Formats: sequence, structure tokens, C-alpha cells
Amino acid sequence: MIFRDLLALTLSFVLAMPTLAQEPPPQTEIASWTMDNGLEVVVIPDRRAPIVTHMVWYKVGSADDLPGKSGNAHFLEHLMFKGTAKHPASELDRVVNELGGNHNAFTTSDVTAYMQTIPPEALGTMMDFEADRMIGLVLTPEIVGAERDVVIEERRQRTDNNPQGLLGEELTATLYQNHPYGIPTIGWMHEVEQLNWEDAMAFYKRFYAPNNAVLVVAGDVDPETVRTLAEASYGRVPRGADLPPRIRPSEPKQDTARTVTLTDQRVGLPSFSRNWIVPNYRTAEPGEAEALDLLSEILGGGTRSRFYQEIVVKTGIAAGAGAGYAGGAYDPSAFTVYGAPQGEHTIADVEAAVDRELERLIRDGITERELESAKMRFVRSLIFARDQQASMANIYGSMLATGRTLQDIEEWPDRIRAVTPEQVQAVAAKYLDPSIAVTSYLLPAEQEEE
Amino acid sequence: MTIVRAFRSLLVTFAVLLGTAPAFAVVEFQEITSPGGVDAWLVEDYSVPIITIRFAFEGGATQDPIGKEGLSDLITALFDEGAGDLDSEAFQIRLDDAGAEMAFASDLDAVYGSMRLLADQRDEALGLLKLAIQQPRFDQNPIDRMRAQLVSGLRAAARNPQTAAQKMWAQAIYGDHPYARPREGTPESLAAVTAEDLRAFHRAVFARERLHVGIVGAINAEDAERALDDLFGALPEKPDLQPVPDAALNLGQDLAVEYPLPQTSIYMAFPGMERTDPQFFAAYLMTHILGGDSLLSRLNQEVREKRGLSYGVGANLLNLKHADALVIGTSTNAERAGETLGVIKDVVARMAAEGPTPEELALAKKYLIGSYALNELSSSSAIANTIVGLQLRGLGADYINERSAMLQAVEMEDVRAAAAQLLGTKPTTMLLGPKAEPTP
Repeated sequence: MIFRDLLALTLSFVLAMPTLAQEPPPQTEIASWTMDNGLEVVVIPDRRAPIVTHMVWYKVGSADDLPGKSGNAHFLEHLMFKGTAKHPASELDRVVNELGGNHNAFTTSDVTAYMQTIPPEALGTMMDFEADRMIGLVLTPEIVGAERDVVIEERRQRTDNNPQGLLGEELTATLYQNHPYGIPTIGWMHEVEQLNWEDAMAFYKRFYAPNNAVLVVAGDVDPETVRTLAEASYGRVPRGADLPPRIRPSEPKQDTARTVTLTDQRVGLPSFSRNWIVPNYRTAEPGEAEALDLLSEILGGGTRSRFYQEIVVKTGIAAGAGAGYAGGAYDPSAFTVYGAPQGEHTIADVEAAVDRELERLIRDGITERELESAKMRFVRSLIFARDQQASMANIYGSMLATGRTLQDIEEWPDRIRAVTPEQVQAVAAKYLDPSIAVTSYLLPAEQEEE
Repeated sequence: MTIVRAFRSLLVTFAVLLGTAPAFAVVEFQEITSPGGVDAWLVEDYSVPIITIRFAFEGGATQDPIGKEGLSDLITALFDEGAGDLDSEAFQIRLDDAGAEMAFASDLDAVYGSMRLLADQRDEALGLLKLAIQQPRFDQNPIDRMRAQLVSGLRAAARNPQTAAQKMWAQAIYGDHPYARPREGTPESLAAVTAEDLRAFHRAVFARERLHVGIVGAINAEDAERALDDLFGALPEKPDLQPVPDAALNLGQDLAVEYPLPQTSIYMAFPGMERTDPQFFAAYLMTHILGGDSLLSRLNQEVREKRGLSYGVGANLLNLKHADALVIGTSTNAERAGETLGVIKDVVARMAAEGPTPEELALAKKYLIGSYALNELSSSSAIANTIVGLQLRGLGADYINERSAMLQAVEMEDVRAAAAQLLGTKPTTMLLGPKAEPTP
């Protein structure tokens, strides 16, 4: 589902920064350090309620799967719940349940993360479990087989069972011509069916080590307690072999416009999306990623956006239209615009209207007023993000696990404030070239009226 | 049900003990009443400079006039489309400049509103919320635009087999009760809604007697009380609601929607337990053990962990204002749907006959007691949601403290009785997928 994923990524980035200095926050300072074995630690104190969010982020995701082994990173994430010599399968479930806590895990193209939300007195116990399974996983073939069936059902549920899921997968595979972002995180079905113990363990032994991970603790805890508990648990895990630099196959120069179309009986309303691979925060020239974020907000970020005002409200051509930018990815990722027609209007009408707005912005630029409003909305969302310790943990974890630094996080609001209207216009002109866009269409199948 | 408030003029504070350590008493619920007589619960918290307010007026989709289904959905799209002397565009620009996020929504039983705002722009933001609540304009242009968007949404979903399944499910279970009507309406019923219908709905539902309010964040009681009068004081005292009978669920049916999909979805509805029933917590514990949100649940163990038949299977107690049910749902490998249904039925039958083990009951108690704060009180929005939810269900602020003891007091006999009572009945079962056939 490229739409959802892209939007989710963008959102998590919009929410991505702490402590905007509107008012001096009475919040304790964020602490961070690196342990002797290479584990990076970040503590985000939030004393409002006796709750702690404990997360371990591994700097590895599905884009690091070997060719032909798609889905392996995600499969391993599932297997990480199958127990160690010290803690058999289900023990973590039971302990977290007894505490009234929650736990989960997720895999993206770039990271794999494990988290628990628990009362503060259980933090040490959770660290013991997490440190233990960092290198102590024990698997048997029977367990692996049943879990592979679970993942196959997960794939069917998320992707194969709905046309949006299938089209999103094909769009991504078309957008990326060389980078593994083109391969779905959950894996292609025919490769998921071949996932096995050996490959999962090889991946685990290669990538799961303290020096390839970030520990994030947010909530009702102080940094010194975290330090003591972390030394007693993670501190006992030996440093792993040094990993080579994280360099994935990169994209060649793109020269063509491409189209992906899915026609399906279940589709009632057609829709389209237009996509480009653009620079991300980690690799962009200074100011470009910030400008792309603001461009996305001004074009299609809500009811004050140009798409909404011009195409939905004023002309009534579209039932909905928007934009998204996944600037937080480790490697260059997608900028997307999308829309669906209203009433008697056609998909071609919406496409033309979206293109007109893009051309107008590239030709005439944006106003100071709309840039200021967009910046304000970013700043506001950062303050709102501080209300949820889980979002703060996600912000710091996702950024630190994808090559960004605490300094990047701190400086981001000022960098956003520094963006000029000319910069926004310039990135639009530079990157949103229609002659190399990848367009997806989701179309209703012709069918007889009932 | 009406909410009886015994402490109208008192300021009562309930300190919620989170977790098991009595040293923590963090979230304090204050019951406040404005000079004009509007009640709310307030949680003061100054750690982040924001304020969250959430409220509900009883009377949701069940109040849509016959033939105008979807009205309550449409009206919630119009509160930021012009109010007072501000038209749609002027209102939205002011709201954006005020740094506030405003949202309205409805379900079968209530209309909800909320605002999240920055404390240093409080007066401007609350002024706009007041306009939206008291003087929505319902101008024709926004009505037509939002209606067209809703109709597009209906069109988008119309050919999805899930939509047909939901419709069949609601009609089969609820029969001629208002809950069986399409909550989001149809293109025809939405077309029939006029500005006058919207004004009439607003007049009938937006009243103080069935209003529930939660306020959380950087605001003190005095200011919160003033805000309550400002926002709600001018509304009529009594709503004018159409009476809605309690629904008798039609259980024991076997339904199928056939569609060539790679998975078969399975839904089952059993009798439920009223929220105010003394045996509610027994049923709640039993449902959690059966299919709660944990890989340790009996259903997840048998269906997912041991057999790999599904990514997940869950059981939930559903408590609407006029209907209660225990619902089980999953999606499974279509070729093994029969096997999955068989496993679920076995697990259900065993629970109905024997109940849980003492270990399972003890673990469920620990989880449901401990998780409350983590799930319900973890942010300002979560707390405001919880406040309004408790009030809608007729529960007092003291409930949060009593809840643990009530869960703790449940005996194994109660849980066994609840299991037999709810699961001993033939459910209504629906299969959505290829070659779905009702099982005998």
C-alpha cells in the first residue's frame, strides 16, 4: 500500500521534532550516549504518568534482504517472539500481560523495531528480555513452518485481499528500477513461501548486535536509572562484527514516464497517483528536503492546501486530492500527488487539474502567506506530538536508526523556518518533472448495471 | 440512560492509582460544574502547553429521519464549513491561524466533537469552537460539496464485497431496529437532506441534558468552567430525541457472501452483556481469555500459533446503547476456511462447557487491571476520550478507582456462568470469501 505507507512516513516525519521553543517546556532534557558495545541510547523523560515506552531499533530492514530472499527481515521479526534458551516462547507475552503492558514489533524498508509499553518498575525486566533475544534466539523447524504460514496469511490480508494493496506493490516495483525499495517489505508471495530457518538465522547473526541498534526509552524514568539498567542487561551483550557501510543499489537516471494500471471489479471510484523519486533528508543538498516537505504541505496537506482549495472546493473536479513526501527514508524515496474524481468528472479531469496546479506552482511560485501557514502547521504538530510518549519514541528511534543525528532533530525547526518561497518553487521545478513520473491508475472494471 | 450527578456543586477529585504501586497518583479527575450548570470532568496537566477538549451529545445516526440516512454523518463534516458571520473559507483560515485542530464525528448513538489547541491561543481557538457548536451556518455550497464527497465515498466502497457483507450482517442481526439502517446513508438518502433538516437535527441533538464533556491539559478549573458556559451555556436545556428501543439480536443464522478472494473472512455474533450488568466483568474477563488482544488468547493459540491459519483472530464485547454482543472475527486461508471455523467452534464450545483455567483467569485479571492506565490514560487525547466514554456509559469518575476491585472480585463461577450464558447459544455466522457455504 504505497499510499498509506508514504503518508504514514510523511506524517511520522511531520511529527518528527521535539521541543519547539514557543514556550520553554518544563520537560526534562533528552539524554543520549553510546555504550561500550556500540549500542546507542536515548532517554526522553516524560513524568506525567507512570508509563515507560521501551524500544530497540535495529538498523536493518527489508531493503537489506538478499536478492531472492524478500520478506526475510520481516519473517525474522516474527521469529523473534519464538523464544531463547533463557526465555521460552510465550514467556515474554505472559510477563507483559501480567504487567498489563503492551508489546509489538514492526519492520519497514529501513528498520526493524521491538517495543513494550510497561510500568516503570518493569523496565529492567524488559531490558533483560530484549538483550537476551538480541543474540540468544533459538528456533526449531516446526516453529518456523507454522510462522511462515502466519506470514503468508498476513500478506494475503494486507495485500492480496484488496486492489489498493496490489496496485501499491506494483507501483513501487515500477518506481524503483534498481533500489530494493521496489520490493515489498512483507516479500513477494513466491519468495515468502520459501522463507526458512537458515536464511532467517543468517540474517539474524549478521545484523542483530548492539553496535547495529538504538535503544530508546521514553516516559517516567530518569537517564541514570536507564544507564544502570542498560549496563546490567545490554551491557553484557558483546559487540558484533563491524558491518560494512550501508550502501544499497542506487537508482540510475530515470528517463521515462511509466504507467501502472489495475482494473478490478471491487473498485467503485477510480483514482490515480503520480510519483517521483526525490532526495531525502539524509542525502539532500541543504534545505532541499525541508523545501520538499513544505511543498507537499502546500500542495496537498489538508483543507488549506492548493489541491483541496482549487480542485475540491472551487472547481469541484475532485472528491479528494493530496500530496505526500517520504523524506525520512534512508535512501531517496517518493514524492507523490494523488486524486479521485467527483461526480461526473473523469480521472483525466482530475489528472489535468493536478498537473495544472503543479505547473502553476512551478511557474508562479508560492506566497509568503501560504509558506508561513505551512510552517506554523509543522511547528504546531511538533508540540502536539509531545503529548504522546510513544510518538516521541518513534520520532527519535526512526531518525537515529536511519542515519540522522540528535543535532539534526534539534535543528530541524530552524531549518524549516529558514526555507524561502523561492526554494519551494525550485525543488518543485527540479524534481517534479512529468516526463519521468510514474503514474498509477486504480480503475473500476466495466460491469453491467444491476 | 440518564446520568445522575450527585455532586453538582462540589468539586470532587478522584486520584487514579496507576499500576500497582500506590506511590503513583498522577491523573486526577476533577468533577466541575460551571456557574451556568454545565458539568464536565477536568484533568489539569501543564507538562505540555496544550489543551484537549472532547464532548458528546447523545443521539447519533439513530436520530437520522427515515429516508435521510447519513444526515448525522454529513452534519459532522459541516462544523468547520462556516459559523456565525464567518463563511467556510474565513472560518478555516481563522482556525488554522489559531493553531487549533477541530474534529467532529458521529456513531450510532452520539455526535462527538473535539478540539486540540495551544494554550497561548486558547481564547481565539475556543471562540471558534463556540461558533461551530452554537451557530453553524449550513450554507448550501459546503452542504453540496461535502455531500458529494460522501457520495463519492459510498461509490468507492459500493463494489467492495465487504460493503455487501456489512449490509447483510447489520440487516440480519438487527432486523427492523434503527441499527440496521445504513449509518452512512445512500446516495438517495443523502440527496434528500436539506439545510433545514440539518438545522433541525442540530436543534434537537445539541442540548445540555445529554451532553458529556472532558477537558485535559493546561487549564485550571475556574477557566475551564468559564469555557464550559461559553461553549455550551446558550444551548437549549433538553434535547428532542426520537426514542430508540433496545434491539433484540437475531442470532443463530448462517450467512454467506460469495466472492473470489484469497482469504475468507469469518464473523460470529453471540449474545452480549450489558455494561451495567453485575456480571459484566465476568463476561469481559472471559472474552479476553477467549480472544483478547494477545497471542496468548485461546483463539490465537489454536488458530494462529499452533496451525498458522490466520494472521490473527479476536473476540470482543460490543456495547452499544441499545444492543450488546460478543463478536468473533478473523480472516483465514480460503482453502482452509472450513478447518478454521471448526477450530473456532471447538474453542468456543470448550470455553462454554468448562470456562477458563484458574491460571488464565488470574493472568486476565492482571492484564485488564494493569493495562487500563496504559491504554486509556496515556495522553491528553486518550484521557479526554476515556472521560467521555465513561460518561456515555453512565459510569462515574469513581469507576476508575473501583474498576480494579470489581475485576479482582470476579469469581471463577461467575466466569463459567458468563461463558455458558454467552457462548452456549448458536451464533449468527457469516463467511465472506470464495465458495462460502453456511455450515450446518
